[in-house]
Amino acid sequence: MAKTVYQELKPTARFWIPGLLIGAFLIAAAWAVYQAEHYGHIVTGMNNQVVWGLPHVFAIFLIVAASGALNVASIASVFGRAAYKPMARLSALLAIALLAGGLAVLVLDLGRPDRLIVAMTKYNFRSIFAWNIYLYTGFFAVVGAYLFVQMARGMHEKWVRRVGIVAFLWRLALTTGTGSIFGWLVARPGYDAAIMAPLFIAMSFSFGLAVFLLVQQLLFALAGRPVGAGLIHRLGRLLGIFVALVLYFTAIQHLTALYAAEHADIERFILREGGIYTALFWGGQVLIGGLLPLVLVFHPAAAARPAATLLAAGLVIIGGFAQLYVIVIAGQAFPLESFPGYEVSSSFFDGVVAHYSPSLVELALGLGGIALALTITALGAIVLRILPQELSDSALDPTATAASSNAA
Amino acid sequence: MKLPALKTPAKDITEISRRELLRSGAALATVALAPGVTLMAFGGTPAAAAPADPGRRWGLLIDVNRCASDCDACVRACSEENGWKLDGNPETDAQWIRKVDLKDRETGREVSLPVMCQHCENPPCVDVCPTGASMKRADGIVLVDKHVCIGCRYCMMACPFKARSFIHEPLEGQKSHAPRGKGTVESCTLCVHRVDEGGTPACVEACGRTGNGAMIFGDLNDPESEISRRLADYPSITLREDMRLNPGVHYSNL
Amino acid sequence: MTRLLASILLVFGLIAGTAHAGENLGPEVPEALGPPHPEGNAYWRANHMKLLLHDRDLTMRLGEREIEASLKACVTCHAQTGPDAVPIPVNESGQFCAVCHEFAAVRIDCFQCHTASPDVASVRLLLRKYPDEAELVAFLEGMKLEGTDE
Repeated sequence: MAKTVYQELKPTARFWIPGLLIGAFLIAAAWAVYQAEHYGHIVTGMNNQVVWGLPHVFAIFLIVAASGALNVASIASVFGRAAYKPMARLSALLAIALLAGGLAVLVLDLGRPDRLIVAMTKYNFRSIFAWNIYLYTGFFAVVGAYLFVQMARGMHEKWVRRVGIVAFLWRLALTTGTGSIFGWLVARPGYDAAIMAPLFIAMSFSFGLAVFLLVQQLLFALAGRPVGAGLIHRLGRLLGIFVALVLYFTAIQHLTALYAAEHADIERFILREGGIYTALFWGGQVLIGGLLPLVLVFHPAAAARPAATLLAAGLVIIGGFAQLYVIVIAGQAFPLESFPGYEVSSSFFDGVVAHYSPSLVELALGLGGIALALTITALGAIVLRILPQELSDSALDPTATAASSNAA
Repeated sequence: MKLPALKTPAKDITEISRRELLRSGAALATVALAPGVTLMAFGGTPAAAAPADPGRRWGLLIDVNRCASDCDACVRACSEENGWKLDGNPETDAQWIRKVDLKDRETGREVSLPVMCQHCENPPCVDVCPTGASMKRADGIVLVDKHVCIGCRYCMMACPFKARSFIHEPLEGQKSHAPRGKGTVESCTLCVHRVDEGGTPACVEACGRTGNGAMIFGDLNDPESEISRRLADYPSITLREDMRLNPGVHYSNL
Repeated sequence: MTRLLASILLVFGLIAGTAHAGENLGPEVPEALGPPHPEGNAYWRANHMKLLLHDRDLTMRLGEREIEASLKACVTCHAQTGPDAVPIPVNESGQFCAVCHEFAAVRIDCFQCHTASPDVASVRLLLRKYPDEAELVAFLEGMKLEGTDE
């Protein structure tokens, strides 16, 4: 295998349109932050029943995808698959960028974002949220170090492997922490399940790789550098395994809940009678984000075409948003059962499914997080030697040439 | 507190000498209008001198049978006392206390009762709060320290009773004893400003004034208190007993 | 040597100059109603933020109500009363808190949650050191009017 040559991305005229587009989203997000800051959360669709809304769906997606985006680097340095190594730098950079985008959304949605310093200096260690603050900041440090040892001249390979192992374990801890934000909410029937942690890890594998596939394709297209069909095919099959894993954990989650009579109501709500949430679960998560991508990456006729795999990655992302919307919003919309055995009514929406319709402000803030992540990735690739000159199949693995030319 | 000794807050509390310090401002709240006629502005009652007592546990007992379904005196009293109000946005307006109507699905029995912060011994809101803004005082009153609340709303996710509200809009005209502001979470304080001066929560007082007398306030740790004697003599429950939060609010005849 | 002396003199001259200028350019703080702080105004001016921060935790977290530095007490004593006998919020321009904080360009968020006016207008009037007869009469008249409203 030839030595990989990394080269900065040249900001050519091709960057103008995507750059302006991303800039527009960032400006829209700034407008959204000003609105929420000035008028309060009244300008969002959130209320005292659904306290976490669309910004949290975006933030959690980005945070979960961040740890998943690191997979490619982990496969290269922890599991020793040399063919993945040329993409490892982009994998680490994208992980940092996605986490930054997600955290920006999360922080800017706080009631008092001006008190970020309080969150960074006062900790209650019984709170998984407080642990997560350490997990997130630590992730920046660990993955930053990982990127450094990968890029530093004359760094011995063993250090890449060692730091890579730390980064891999850290990302597992981070996603466990993110899942446990919901898993440890004992009061709400939609959460309160240990399976949330492994489910979120599976989701991170899946969403992260899907985002990686698309961002890699976008950057290489902008740079005019080739990406081999064989590589996309391989990553696509890996994505298929992760998608199946998410479906498996989702099935176990709901089957377990269905078995307990006390959870029958919330399961009926999500699986059958929840309106938008039921539609998003079956149509969004299971069909668009699960079954269709599986067909696209495993059916021989489809899998041979890189476009099909990239489409599958896009569908996984759409399905991921649907899944998080169901987890975050439906879990809150379903009424708390403070009085088992009673029909409940009050002025505070006890006993009824809570209403939530996201506002433009929330959408702009969430999309701004994505724009920020893409900006950081692109800037990183422009100033640092992140992207290999080519990812053609012959450059990655000479033995794969025959297979990929057949496939193409 | 001795003014120069800023670094040792907890130790100074029991020091007697600090009370002998000339207190500026606050000490002068008592004004002589005429011989024998004084006006008490604020502070000054003997109970105010003591900090929250770890030997006490403040709680409520609500007799559901005596709570009239068409009565919301407790809610109005709380709103008046603490300065929150339903202002046309029921989804986003704060509600520290609310009347909940219940109908037993099997027997059809209908009851009505007030629900507010249950002041749990093991409050989930305190566990999940990342900054420690959600806190439980030594005497069992669960509060939000709005100085360190960042408005993340995780406590609202964790509370099994929907006892907390988030302030969605800028506010004006707050009560001096109940500061509230945009972007923070709040809930029933058990009228801590009254309790610290030896008083009773506004809801309990208002309930007594209606003649229903459905609410009793007192020290659950004091076996001689009315609330403890009633709890010892008659059956009562707390909400979501399965969660073992040991709320300070008890309901009888539910 | 002479150069050194000259520069020292120059520095002293500058310090004296700025100190002198400070007296004239500082904000004019409205007078409080109560007696002066025994620790002196300079002490409170320099330390009020630490004292308030320290004591707010005593009250908020420990339930200690008898504290030296309570925002409520500051507001009660330092708020000015308008010609209509209604107190003026201390965070209004030119009032006790705002006058210095605007001068020093230090933004405070105390009054996003805390009220910037004392509780009862009538109490405030009586807190004055020397309420004159006209004020007392006006106050008692006001009490009567309030009584008829009820």
